[in-house]
Amino acid sequence: MLDADFFRRWMTATAASVDREAERLTALDAAIGDADHGSNMRRGFTAVQAELDKETPGTPGAVLMLAGRLLISTVGGASGPLYGTLLRRTGKALGEDPEVTEDQLAEALRTGVQGVMKLGGAAAGDKTMVDALLPAVDALGDGFAAARAAAEQGAEATVPLLAHKGRASYLGERSIGHQDPGATSSALLMAALAETAEG
Amino acid sequence: MSEAKLVGIVLVSHSAEVAASVVALAKGLAGGAAAVPVAPAGGTEGGGLGTSAELISAAAASVDRGAGVAVLTDLGSAVLTVKALLAEDELPEDTRLVDAPFLEGAVAAVVTASTGADLAAVEAAATEAYDYRKV
Repeated sequence: MLDADFFRRWMTATAASVDREAERLTALDAAIGDADHGSNMRRGFTAVQAELDKETPGTPGAVLMLAGRLLISTVGGASGPLYGTLLRRTGKALGEDPEVTEDQLAEALRTGVQGVMKLGGAAAGDKTMVDALLPAVDALGDGFAAARAAAEQGAEATVPLLAHKGRASYLGERSIGHQDPGATSSALLMAALAETAEG
Repeated sequence: MSEAKLVGIVLVSHSAEVAASVVALAKGLAGGAAAVPVAPAGGTEGGGLGTSAELISAAAASVDRGAGVAVLTDLGSAVLTVKALLAEDELPEDTRLVDAPFLEGAVAAVVTASTGADLAAVEAAATEAYDYRKV
């Protein structure tokens, strides 16, 4: 069973990973976006970390709801509302249980990813975070390590894709040949989840 | 006699200067629109280019007179942030994201709001600005 502390550690691991990889995320974004993805994600997850250091909510759902709200209000780019919606929808779907199963998390994450797709209007193959998140959610039934690997493969598979959403879509065919920064940060989120599960 | 409640308007841009200038332009072109509550929400809180949920929420609260709030945005994260705030019920009741061109829609919205029109009419006028062809 996964308790609130597990979810706090997941967010902490994500914050550390985003901080470590901020330069890489920004470099990927410089190629096809506006070169702020790393700093935006770092600002958002630093705020999440600071709040969770003060107090951890009592349920898994409440931890993710809090983190999502902070991302919406602090990130300053499109990744704020997108990741904020991902975590808030997932948190809401987890309900008020003090502990949840891996299956519950998998199902809730799927709801969260659907929320992201609705908000951004993105489908699989549009060269967005969805391309890492959807395969990860599909693989979660086989465990956290499988979800992590699926997210990383999904992010790498965005390289040859043509961007259909966001600023990168204005570049047309010039968006081809670059890994999507949002899919890359989504892979970090899933890697942090696997790390947390490994302990 | 009490004045009719006017629809509030929020203009969200990635740039503080763009948001403030379009507010000034829309109010200037709208003539007697001085009474219309219009607020800019531009850039990040730190003054950079981007979108601030806090600035959007504050702007929406500041123009809410009880007749609804029409929010017009430029692009990308401005659109997504307003949608996310609406989904989280973080904006005043009867706040709508209006599907309209930013500048032309703002002018149409402010002029229409100045007549005492309701939120649906303000929204329709702003959206119709898409139909104004230039060539």
